[in-house]
Amino acid sequence: MQIHKYDTVIVGAGGAGMRAAIEATKRSRTAVLTKLYPTRSHTGAAQGGMAAALANVEDDNWEWHTFDTVKGGDYLVDQDAAEILAKEAIDSVLDLEKMGLPFNRTPEGRIDQRRFGGHSRNHGEAPVRRSCYAADRTGHMILQTLYQNCVKEGVEFFNEFYVLDQLITEVDGVKRSAGVVAYELATGEIHIFQAKAVIYASGGCGKFFKVTSNAHTLTGDGQAAVYRRGLPLEDMEFFQFHPTGIWRMGILLTEGARGEGGILRNKDGERFMEKYAPVMKDLASRDVVSRSIYTEIREGRGCGPEGDHVYLDLTHLPPEQLDAKLPDITEFARTYLGIEPYTDPIPIQPTAHYAMGGIPTNVEGEVLADNTTVVPGLYAAGEVACVSVHGANRLGTNSLLDINVFGRRAGIAAAEYAATADYVELPEDPAALVAEQVERLRNATGGERVTEIRKELQETMDANVMVFRTEQTIKTAVEKIGELKERYRNVAIQDKGKRFNTDLLEAIELGNLLDLAEVMAVSALARKESRGGHYREDYPNRDDVNFMRHTMAYREVGADGSESIRLDYKPVVQTRYQPMERKY
Amino acid sequence: MSTPTLDKHSAALDAAETTAAHTISVTFRIRRFNPEVSEDARWEDFQLEIDPKERVLDALHKIKWELDGSLTFRRSCAHGICGSDAMRINGRNRLACKTLIKDINPEKPITVEAIKGLTVLKDLVVDMEPFFQAYRDVMPFLITTGNEPTRERLQSAEDRERFDDTTKCILCAACTTSCPVFWNDGQYFGPAAIVNAHRFIFDSRDEGGEQRLEILNDKDGVWRCRTTFNCTDACPRGIEVTKAIQEVKRALITRRF
Repeated sequence: MQIHKYDTVIVGAGGAGMRAAIEATKRSRTAVLTKLYPTRSHTGAAQGGMAAALANVEDDNWEWHTFDTVKGGDYLVDQDAAEILAKEAIDSVLDLEKMGLPFNRTPEGRIDQRRFGGHSRNHGEAPVRRSCYAADRTGHMILQTLYQNCVKEGVEFFNEFYVLDQLITEVDGVKRSAGVVAYELATGEIHIFQAKAVIYASGGCGKFFKVTSNAHTLTGDGQAAVYRRGLPLEDMEFFQFHPTGIWRMGILLTEGARGEGGILRNKDGERFMEKYAPVMKDLASRDVVSRSIYTEIREGRGCGPEGDHVYLDLTHLPPEQLDAKLPDITEFARTYLGIEPYTDPIPIQPTAHYAMGGIPTNVEGEVLADNTTVVPGLYAAGEVACVSVHGANRLGTNSLLDINVFGRRAGIAAAEYAATADYVELPEDPAALVAEQVERLRNATGGERVTEIRKELQETMDANVMVFRTEQTIKTAVEKIGELKERYRNVAIQDKGKRFNTDLLEAIELGNLLDLAEVMAVSALARKESRGGHYREDYPNRDDVNFMRHTMAYREVGADGSESIRLDYKPVVQTRYQPMERKY
Repeated sequence: MSTPTLDKHSAALDAAETTAAHTISVTFRIRRFNPEVSEDARWEDFQLEIDPKERVLDALHKIKWELDGSLTFRRSCAHGICGSDAMRINGRNRLACKTLIKDINPEKPITVEAIKGLTVLKDLVVDMEPFFQAYRDVMPFLITTGNEPTRERLQSAEDRERFDDTTKCILCAACTTSCPVFWNDGQYFGPAAIVNAHRFIFDSRDEGGEQRLEILNDKDGVWRCRTTFNCTDACPRGIEVTKAIQEVKRALITRRF
């Protein structure tokens, strides 16, 4: 076991982690621990753009952007945070441009902008061109640009280091972050990173669904690490289902396709979104579009032999426009479906895409131990965190924005904290939990297989807690997850070695997914209303009287060692905007 | 309501939408190496029943998850964006997640081995560090002088288009590890590093072109390229790699870029 000491340790090297690293490295001795090589992170899969009211192509301002964000989140957004997001968006985009990001340009040479779901002119009048983009690989360009600037700044990376535990030491009754425990994939060695400040930027947990746009590696490791140490997770019932995933595969086809004029059609060729969202049509918010798609499918207007999908139709757009603006997604259709999007519509279905919930933080990225108390030295940013700027439903292009705005803020705040703070003493035997977990899995002889449990988990999540939920379906999921957690105790792996043991890591990742799926389902069961991405058929209306509040889920361990989830609630911060009925 | 436009389906769309289960028997012949077990590499065959429309990555997962958990490879996004799973499939560098089984003749055993020219660490996993070092060595970041403008730097759409192709690189190493020069001399920067230098040399906003050209003028720089076009064939992003290298060579001669 090795012990390292750094001022600031960043967990994850996607957009949020690297944006934080660029700031933290300038101000403190920083290490970035990442389970992948930085350029492999899933930020690179984001396509359509990054929102900012630059007003380069038409009238726009940050106040309209704030309103759209609040409304898009079905008023569960903390409005102070949303205002920061929209205001700082402008400098965030300009910063990236100055770092070298090759945005598409207007004829005047400025950053070009295009339409995106839920982004509107003057509080919902009509779609507005707010998304700054680089073809349909904006996330790729952000990830590359941030990595390039990390190279420039000399950021120190520990690649293929899996952070598996958060170290907390209680000092005078206050829980403080002492560091993290990491597992080195290449050697199987356990490393302790003692740090004055730790930033989680480890991404989402969408792999508990079967049809998902998420990478295999998005297994909620960061959320699980802090949750197991008694810290809360906020709003985990809110998960976004992106309307246009490739049918069955879940591969993302950007909303930018509809921003460029693409249309959703049912088996009769009907542009069905006109019925559900007369103003914004195909560019309504993602939760609205995904529900509309499933309504079409349920009412028998789905496409294909089993009527289980609809079409994204780009055939009326000029091929030159598709080549210039949407080259990657048209290539996906060719590669994975064998169809030609110039002439064929693309079979799509909603795909599990983004966790609105996560580790609760304030606007400086400081992690909360309850509704108000900060955990000194602990920070989070990006999809792993819940600020909450996305509320019950995130707008497209607001996540690439989130990682830049709050990644930067967390990086600065953590490094400044580290500049004056002392190291917190490590807990006794800091590697114990991870060492025990690794040894147990390596020596396990039980009859359960990772692949079988993961498959059953993904199937129950798709069937029971996806776009439509009821008390009954959620209870079915909770029960099934409980059963799978029991079976997980008997899981065994085949690779017993130390070197690049991905068999072992997949088992650990599955444990994380199981814990988080349970939090999600239990949080969803208690929220007896419909709001944003959480739609309860048995409670189809939003209930501001009882549920205009954030869910806070805590792991409780009984005297007998039994685990349970305790739910608490946190008020929503409302400043400018009173909740209204949401129409697109 | 809009006029329906989808009354006629192409055969390709019908094929894409079929739900009928169709599997075939395929042999995967995989190059295994695990120094914890043995210093010798060996070929191992796995027989699978699998839908030929699935990806080679799906097949590798099926083997790992159902037959042999010790089979080791890198992967993440599974749709050709993250660059984790470049490997040599039937003797050609490809991404396992962008290669459908039906497209590589499943009648015969499909061979899968690690990319060449980098040290194999276990099965399909290689040491990527020399590859990333070459990338870092070309100063892959925007270099500017003078005061920063308040707003964005202006760049015409044509100037932006000039280096568009090389911005697509995902650093998967498929090009570099398909290059015979690189196989024989690991000191050679390799196509990927040159592609990433190109991305900045031809960016109208950048002022570091001369420095990068000097780096690539080195004995291990662009002049080692023998234009075999392996790199262009290997690139899963369709980048015209050889052309980019030629443009860097020309810039070195003319000092115009």
